Amino acid sequence: MFYREAGDFKTSYKADSQTFPIKFDRYRYYVVLFVAFALIPLVINDYWVNAIFMPFLIYSIAAIGLNILVGYCGQVSLGTGGFMAVGAYAVYKLMTAFPEVNIFFHVILAGGITAFVGVLFGLPSLRIKGFYLAVATLAAQFFLVWLFNRVPWFYNYSASGQISAPERTVFGVEVTGANTDAWATYLFCLVFTFVCALIARNLTRGAQGRKWMAIRDMDIAAEIIGVDPLKAKLSAFAVSSFFVGISGALFFAVYLGAVEVGEVFGINKSFLVLFMVIIGGLGSIFGSFAGAAFLVLLPVFLKNALVGGLGWPTDLAAHLEFMIVGALIIVFLIAEPHGLAQLWRVAKEKLRLWPFPH
Amino acid sequence: MKLKLISAAVAAMIAAAPAMAELTFTALSYRTGPYAANGIPFADGYQDYFTLLNERDGGIGGERVNLVECETGYNTEKGVECYESTKGTGALVYQPLSTGITYQLIPKATADGIPVHSMGYGRTSAKNGEVFRNIFNYPANYWDGASVAIKHLLDVNGGALDGKKIALVYHNSAYGKEPIRTLEELAKKHGFELMLLPVDHPGQEQKSQWLQIRRERPDHVLMWGWGVMNQVAIQEAVNIRYPMENFIGIWWSGSENDVLPAGDGANGYKALTFHNTGSNFPLFEDIQKYVVGAGKAAGAGDQIGTALYNRGLYAAMLAAEAAKTAQGIHNTGPLTPAQMRDGMENLEITEEKMAALGLPGFGPSFKVSCQNHGGDGLTAVVQWDAGAKQWNKITDFIAPDADVLNPLVEADAAAYAAESGITPGCN
Repeated sequence: MFYREAGDFKTSYKADSQTFPIKFDRYRYYVVLFVAFALIPLVINDYWVNAIFMPFLIYSIAAIGLNILVGYCGQVSLGTGGFMAVGAYAVYKLMTAFPEVNIFFHVILAGGITAFVGVLFGLPSLRIKGFYLAVATLAAQFFLVWLFNRVPWFYNYSASGQISAPERTVFGVEVTGANTDAWATYLFCLVFTFVCALIARNLTRGAQGRKWMAIRDMDIAAEIIGVDPLKAKLSAFAVSSFFVGISGALFFAVYLGAVEVGEVFGINKSFLVLFMVIIGGLGSIFGSFAGAAFLVLLPVFLKNALVGGLGWPTDLAAHLEFMIVGALIIVFLIAEPHGLAQLWRVAKEKLRLWPFPH
Repeated sequence: MKLKLISAAVAAMIAAAPAMAELTFTALSYRTGPYAANGIPFADGYQDYFTLLNERDGGIGGERVNLVECETGYNTEKGVECYESTKGTGALVYQPLSTGITYQLIPKATADGIPVHSMGYGRTSAKNGEVFRNIFNYPANYWDGASVAIKHLLDVNGGALDGKKIALVYHNSAYGKEPIRTLEELAKKHGFELMLLPVDHPGQEQKSQWLQIRRERPDHVLMWGWGVMNQVAIQEAVNIRYPMENFIGIWWSGSENDVLPAGDGANGYKALTFHNTGSNFPLFEDIQKYVVGAGKAAGAGDQIGTALYNRGLYAAMLAAEAAKTAQGIHNTGPLTPAQMRDGMENLEITEEKMAALGLPGFGPSFKVSCQNHGGDGLTAVVQWDAGAKQWNKITDFIAPDADVLNPLVEADAAAYAAESGITPGCN
């Protein structure tokens, strides 16, 4: 009933292969965009932006980045935290070295620098696969964190080894530093998330994405039909690291404002983003959003429900939170191994037939 | 309809529930995670003191205290979430008990006009109140601690440290790196050699650091550790038979939890402190009577009198005294964060005041002013007696080397002011 295809005729190839071929879906997408860009900024406050929206948007970018590498190209990576750190430190060095340049370009440049570093650490992927590649990227994780802790140049020789974001503006509105408005930081992150998702979606359904998926499904066969594994794998590492770098830059500059590499970009972050991708659904842009939402919102929701709603002690709630999130992950993966994206797909299929299934 | 109801309920749950009370204090505590062993006693002490004030005196100046606890797990992201969710409740002061979270909160809280009290942690140069208007770190900070540790070593070594080798085993984070700058200056002044041994979070693996200590035999070891790192370090020191009396920890490395696992081997281990230890004070009778007796003790109620419990209690006491001062200045019962800030800036702790509270000689007497948000940095050395299982204070409260520290504080505060565009001043 909701997803009616009847009467929705496509007369061109372009119209037929658009992202949302069903009219209802397309309008829903426009409504989501309208709400996100036009309505939420009007009502958002500090709590909602700092506790909910900003982590969700930034983790979504990181999950999209990792999804390109793991979900589309099949190269397992445990180095996400390290690459996010590259983005964060790159944007910090750029912000402090060229204060006159707009932060917007710094964030993009930070993504570019991360892409370069990602390609370097992606080189082993040409020779090793699977778990062995995971271990190689794990080395990247530890090496990068160690590097940023060890070399004072990266944190401008500050006594504490912390980096903190100075105030920067976009169109005269502050987006980093202490005196930001909730709507400004929200919109800044939203623009990046929207553009990243758009780019990722269009890359993955074009020739480049098909090459990645060919490599993922069977690399030897892909090579035989003319896909260059060197270019395909390294481009996946580059694009993935670019997005991860942008998310790291936003994470530091806009969200936290002050960062300590070992604590914020440790191995836990790599696992967290990987879990987002797995729970959300490998090889799906929507899955990246769903996974990020699941792992960002659920703990906050549980905390507020248990501590704020039921008045339980905080430690009990914190422990229960781990158990509930863990149990839900298992339940979800048993019920649907292909993640939330697949659940959503199945739900849509059912809604197409509802209320008269065969 | 059902979906609407559920989504409305979800939205209501995600939004933080505001709490109504006259005086709201927040405890960003951590009772879970790798630092829980240290976080729990502090949180218990903090909570018990406010419970005592509510039960015995009906609050502070007639206003009941509402303590909002938020679990951070020593994690910066959760700390930010806690700050954002509690700041709308009219929280008067934040004590995050984490240097990392303090660094997060310094710009945020300054912008929101809420004071932060980082007691014995956080950014050392916050001592300069002209730059850090809303940040307080009385009665002592890390650089005071480093200086007092070296002063104590000077006493032990007959007044000279020339040619000695001193190792610093530190948590490889903003917290652990904080004393390095001071120790480097002091090394120049006193002619000792400084050896830096970072330990990565969470600090369960320290074999290589202690192997290095075993090989290079430093005359003294200082430690800036927290959580499980302390226990491991002390155990490793026992394993390599390092003389414990030459091993000094900062106040965060001096709780019972840190030394008990090493058993008798830990006997003689020294730590710094800026308050007294034990439960031999009249106030503890009241705690037994009004808090424990009434079944209102925080947590499991088994931490009373431990070093970190006392520190939490001390933090709460200083906050309550600042609130009283603020009520006096503004002649009002209910307080705003800005008024609380004034109270903190005009706080004066004297012997008489502490005696009246039932805590005679519990901490040093000090006075906060706009120029000095850090007190005098008086710090004492305690030593662990493994037989009696207690800390014994072996020195008086020692004053740090202000000649070395003040220029460092000024330089760092000036750098921060320039970086964030603050014009130093008292108005």
